Order: sequence, then C-alpha cells, then structure tokens
Amino acid sequence: MLMPTWIRNHLAALRALLVFTVLLGLLYPLAVMAVAQLPGLRGGAGGSKIESGGKVVGSRLIGQSFTGPDGTPLPQYFQSRPSATIDSPVKGQEAPNPDDTSYNPTGSAASNLGPEDVLDTLGDDGSQSLLTQVCARSKAIGELEGVDGSRPYCTPDGVGAVLKVFGPRGTDGRVTRPTRVVSANQACPAVPFLATYEGVRVECARPGEDLAAGATVPVRGGAPADPRVPADAVTASGSGLDPHISPAYARLQAARVARTRGVPVERVLQAIDANRRGRDLGFMGEPRVNVVQLNHELDTRFPVRK
Amino acid sequence: MNGTLAGVVFFGSLVLALAVVYRPLGDYMYRVYTDPGHWRIERLLYRLVGVRPDAEQTWGAYARSVLAFSAISILLLYAFQRVQQYLPLNLGFDPVKPDQAWNTAVSFVTNTNWQSYAGEQTMGHLVQMAGLAVQNFVSAAVGMAIAIVLVRGFARRGSGHLGNFWVDLVRGALRILLPIAFVGALVLVAGGVVQNLASPDTVGTVAGGTQHLTGGPVASQEAIKELGTNGGGFYNANSAHPFENPTPWTNWLEIFLLLMIPFALTRTFGRIVGQLRQGYAIAAVMGILAVVSISLTMTFQLMHQGTVPEAVGAATEGTEARFGVANSAVFAASTTLTSTGAVNSFHDSYTALGGMMPLVNMMLGEVAPGGVGAGLYGMLILAVITVFVAGLMVGRTPEYLGKKIGSREIKYASLYFLVTPALVLAGTAVAMATESGRAAMLNSGPHGLSEVLYAFTSASNNNGSAFAGVTVNTVWYDTALGLCMVLGRFLPIILVLGLAGSLARQGGTHVSAGTLPTHRPQFVGMVTGVTVILVALTFLPALALGPLAEGLH
Repeated sequence: MLMPTWIRNHLAALRALLVFTVLLGLLYPLAVMAVAQLPGLRGGAGGSKIESGGKVVGSRLIGQSFTGPDGTPLPQYFQSRPSATIDSPVKGQEAPNPDDTSYNPTGSAASNLGPEDVLDTLGDDGSQSLLTQVCARSKAIGELEGVDGSRPYCTPDGVGAVLKVFGPRGTDGRVTRPTRVVSANQACPAVPFLATYEGVRVECARPGEDLAAGATVPVRGGAPADPRVPADAVTASGSGLDPHISPAYARLQAARVARTRGVPVERVLQAIDANRRGRDLGFMGEPRVNVVQLNHELDTRFPVRK
Repeated sequence: MNGTLAGVVFFGSLVLALAVVYRPLGDYMYRVYTDPGHWRIERLLYRLVGVRPDAEQTWGAYARSVLAFSAISILLLYAFQRVQQYLPLNLGFDPVKPDQAWNTAVSFVTNTNWQSYAGEQTMGHLVQMAGLAVQNFVSAAVGMAIAIVLVRGFARRGSGHLGNFWVDLVRGALRILLPIAFVGALVLVAGGVVQNLASPDTVGTVAGGTQHLTGGPVASQEAIKELGTNGGGFYNANSAHPFENPTPWTNWLEIFLLLMIPFALTRTFGRIVGQLRQGYAIAAVMGILAVVSISLTMTFQLMHQGTVPEAVGAATEGTEARFGVANSAVFAASTTLTSTGAVNSFHDSYTALGGMMPLVNMMLGEVAPGGVGAGLYGMLILAVITVFVAGLMVGRTPEYLGKKIGSREIKYASLYFLVTPALVLAGTAVAMATESGRAAMLNSGPHGLSEVLYAFTSASNNNGSAFAGVTVNTVWYDTALGLCMVLGRFLPIILVLGLAGSLARQGGTHVSAGTLPTHRPQFVGMVTGVTVILVALTFLPALALGPLAEGLH
C-alpha cells in the first residue's frame, strides 16, 4: 500500500518521538538514578537531608525560617535571608503557615521587583515597594542586633525616603520650583523625614491619593554608604530557599544568639567558623555560612534552657 | 582575593576550559556528522522509525521532515500535559490548562523553554522527564542538524542533497548530547543536585516547624537543560534553586555546559568546509561579542547603580549568597548570549543597565555563541550579510566560502534577519496597546515596559529567560508568546534550509585577487560591526524607552 509522502513523514516523526521518549525520557533518567545510588552520590540524589536522632530536620541545601508563628525572629537562632517564596495551590502541599509563606520549597520564587521600585501603595490593601522592604528590614535587624540600621534612601522610621514633587517641569523633566511636595511612603499622620524641600513644606501622604503626576525624587540622606546591616540580610534571594548568609551577617547575629543561649560569644563564633565555607577552589562564588546547619549544631551543642 | 578579582578569575577559567574542549569536541562533532557508517543501535532505531538512513534529502524534503517532527512533538507534548492526572508520578497535580499546555509544548519544542508555569506546582515527574526533558534533547539536536545542513550547503558543489534529517537528529541526540549529559548529570548529583522520584516529603524543621521538601529527576534534566541551551527549570526558581544548582562549582559547570557546544560547533564548521581558519574567524566574532557583553554585565552589576541597589549597597536582590553578584552576572550574560534562558538570579531585579545586557544579548540574535546550532547558523547569516555589504562597497558580486551571494541568497538572509525584530517589536507594541497586555506588568514606569519587551524578545529569539515579574500565565500571553516562539523558530529554519539548498546547487567560484578574505581580523571586525549596528538600529528606540530611561537619569 502506498501512502502519501506527508503521511509517511508524520508517521516516521511519531515513531521517532516514541523511540526517543523511551530512550531519553525513561532509560536515561533511570540510568542516572541507578548510578546515583552509589555511595557518595546517594545522599545528594536524595536531597542532602540532615538527620538528627533518626528524624529528618531538613536539607542542608534548603533554607528554613527561624521565626515564631507571628513572623518575629526567634532570638536563639541565626536568622536566614528574606525569602519571597509563595504558597502552593496544590492540596496537601500548601505552606504550613498561610500568613508566612517564606522558605516554602513547594513555591520557590524571587521578588522580581526592580531597582527603581520605590513607591509604596498605602492603605489597608497596600503593598510595600522593594525600597521600603529593604529599609524596614534594615531597621528591624538593627534594633534586634543593637546596631545602627540606617541606610541610604531610607527614612528613620524605616520606609523609602521618596518625595513626590509637583510643579512645572523643566526640559529635563525636573521640577525646579515645586508647588507641593509629598513624602510618598509616609502615610499621615507620620512626620515627614524632611521638613522642607526647595523651600516648600513636605506633607505626609494621604492613603488612596493619586500622586502619579508628581516627579519621583528619592532622597539619599546622610546614612553611611556601607551600612552595618549587610546587603544579603535585607534582600531576598533568587530561589527564596537560600540556605546561606554572608559571614558578616552571621557575625552580626553572634552576640544575640550567644546571649539567648547563655554561652560565651566565642563558642558561637567558633560554630560560625565551623559552618563557614570560603569560595570554591578559592575563586568560585562567595564565602558563606550555612544557617540551617549552624542552627542545628547550636541546638545539639548548646540547647536552649527551657 | 577580593570579590571583583574572584569574579574575573571565574570568567577567565571558563574561557580557558572552553578553549581546552574546543578542538576535541569540535572534531568529534565533525566525525559524528560525516561518519558514513551507522551504529548497530542506530540501524535498529531507523528500522523502528521506518526511514532509510542512506537516502539523502533535498532541502524541501529536509524541511518537511523537520516540520513534521516538530508538529508531532508539539501535539504529543500538549496531550501529555493535558492527561497527566491519569498518569503515574503526577504528584496530585491537575491537568495543565489548555493555553498553558500549548505555550509549554511550543516552548520546549522550539528550544525556548519559556515557562509560564511553576514546575513544582504544575508538572508531575513523568511529564518533566518523559515529556519536557525529551524535547530538551531533540530540540537541541534539531538546531544542530539545521546548522550542519547550512554548512553542507557551503561545502557541497552542484548538489541537490543536503543529508538526511533523521540521521542528523539521531546522531546529534545519541552520539553528542546523551553521553555528555549523562556524565554531566552524575557530576551534578555529586554536587548535590537531586535525582529521585519522591513526592513532596513533609519533614520537621530545626526550629520545630514543618517543611515540604521536594524531589524529582532533576540532575538528568539539569544537565541537558544547560548542554542543549534549553533552560527550562525543573523548579520555578530555575538554576537559582539549591536543588538545581547547589554550589558555586556546579554553577561554573552549568555555565560551561551551556557554552561548550555552541562554541565548538565553529570548529566543526571549519572542518566540514575544509578551512579551519574560517571556523576560527566565526569563533572570534562570537568570542569578542561574548567577552564584551559578559564584562559589561559584570561591571554594571558590581557598580550597583540605582536607588534600591544603592540603598542596599550591592545588587543582591534576587541573587543567591553562594554565587554572589559577579558569578550571577556571568550566568545571566551567558544564558542570553546563548539561547539557554536558564537563570541563577532574577534579571528583573538587576540594575537598569545590568538588566539591559541580557536583553541586548538576545537582541543580537543570540549569536555569541548562540543556541546549539541556532547560534552557528545565525552567525553565518550575519557573515553572508556582511560580505554582501562589503560587496556593495567595492562593487563586486559578494562571495562567501567560494559561493556567490546572489539575489536569491541575500533574500533568504535578509528575510531571516527580519523575522525576530518584526515579532519582538510588533508583539511588544500590540501588548502595550491592549488592556490584557499591559495588565501583566509587575513593575511600573520604564521597568514595566522592559518586562514586556523582554518577554517578547525572549520568546521570539527562543531564549526563555524573563524579567519574571511579568504575569504571563494568562490566555493572552500564553497565546501571543506561543505564536512568537513558533514563528521565531521555524520561519528562520525554513529560510536557512532554503539558503543551504540554493548554495549547495552552485558550483564553486575560484579565489581571485578581488575576493574578500573571510578569515582575517578585518572580516572579524566587519561581522562584529555589522551585528552590533544592525541590532542598534533595530532596537535602540525600544531600549531608550525601557532600560535606558530607567538607568540614565
């Protein structure tokens, strides 16, 4: 029987795809899986789980939250980086706490907020800009660790220091003689971080008011360019599951953790060093401290007295 | 060692490693595509498929086979996702909804691997490994086959035949991709990439809470995802996820894997046309563009300009602590210089100019070094356009590799070049003109436009990375971007095959004193210039409204 060429062609395509599916879609991954059962590979293939007393307490590759049910940091633990993971809509795989979905492995995600995301939406169903998130985290960590939490472009009350300036625009888009100035992220009745701007009194922002017509002017302020709270502590990771923090952020937390656990700070610093990894081969990646392993080790060696 | 220096050494070590494998891998691929014999398993395979491996095809027949295989692939992958609830290892997931299943099927078959879904919430293990990952192999093998056909077009004299698609496809997948992927997967497992069939496992945490730890056949998919310049992550966070990319050295390895074949193919090209230096010239153009682009991306990211990066003190938003800013930037540039689109950090949160670089890399047409195969044929098209431009300047009929570039050839080449800019600019314009198009933006102002522009650039160039804040899991975007991916892949492929057919039919010309030498630095500089100028003329207005408006104020 002679089939038209185009049918023969598509039948060949179908058979080819089925053969490839068996070879590359089943045999190949299963072969990798089989070899991965060898000692030395097996732990990694299974998810690098940390076992303690016969119980799994996580994976050394997947970060965890060390906060209470209300999201406040548990002081006996080193804190992880901010996480932007999301909930899972799949039944049985939802994040354990619907109000705090950080470090949820069934919903890995980044914030995806851009470098000029500086304007909050105020009000009850509002949202924080990336700048305000950074400022608020820095302020909270500063207070928790007892250091200066100020940052450039942040107000003392921990939101983005951004003005909306109204008035006629020059050719470069700037407002030279403002008629009205609003501190965009400080909802009334907050006291604006600047009293006046170009001679005009700065107002607080009324939630719900549309400020789009004003020119956006972030204000640098006098905070040091190299803040005490490290960069990784105030920014969310790409996966939301980052198990690491920078050595600087770990050292910043050492005193508080030592105090809460009632051990000399040297012991905690030693634990940090034991869980610190330098760059791979001296030049790949960054030095880092594994928070999950560090906290687990502290719980084993210096349990918190109830 | 300070961070910047470590970043430079990281980049330098990649260049060195690529130089080391360039010759053996390029020569190996040459032998694969020119071997007159067949392996026993291949003979069996051809019998099962029902094709005669020694029957060569014309360009038209070759194109029909490519299109038939791709059409069947899209259809089956679509069906696979739609019935996953009845299949084993589905993890309790619902069928993928129709528009998303279409988008994903097209995305993986076109080697784009754009993802409007989150892997860990949508795709069961079976769909991932027996559906999506199979396309990772075969879509890459199709790309390599097309490149080899174009090279044969230059190499053959007075021939109507260009090879056999089924043979090129099988050899690319089994002899090149499979062995390297297998070794790569095992090395990744050694680094901590998971490889199992487990469902999410609820475990206690250190602080006494619970966590659902995910599993999956990740390593086997990760290796081919990079090697085949596919880029579709097993998980939503892609190569930022610690189970896909657990350490700085696996990060290095993944970048190496995604660059190795596209660069080495220029050696294969040189071998097939019988002039190694022609291959070196093409590799030099790719290398220059890549080094400049990666250096700029790293510089912009380390300078961390912009309000939020300056408040933070570094461009760390969306990056992993173990990789850091510099190595993330190298990944971001490499994944967009090729057609990979995997990400180890989130480009949407990059500085304005740092985030513009991935966009520009894709707009270059992904030719430095480009996707597996697609990069080589894209760059050869640019070389053809360059000899044409040079021919116009001196008033001679342009030639390349002993073939006349006449009106038919230049029509194929210029149509090829016009396809993706037309899709990108028209697509973005339509999106900005419609309510559903604009609704997708997460960020406001110029950055919102950048998100949409990036989406259409990525889809039309078959990259797959994103300014991921954009909400593309909608009927509108799934459909529009799906169309961009199909047209952006197969129109250029048909044009390349047509060009190859037209070249192969010609006899050869003789080299004379008036022939433009195409292996000298002069030609390398000209191709580089033509590439950059064409792209700048096409896309500068769009870039001025997006990343440039954001970054230069």
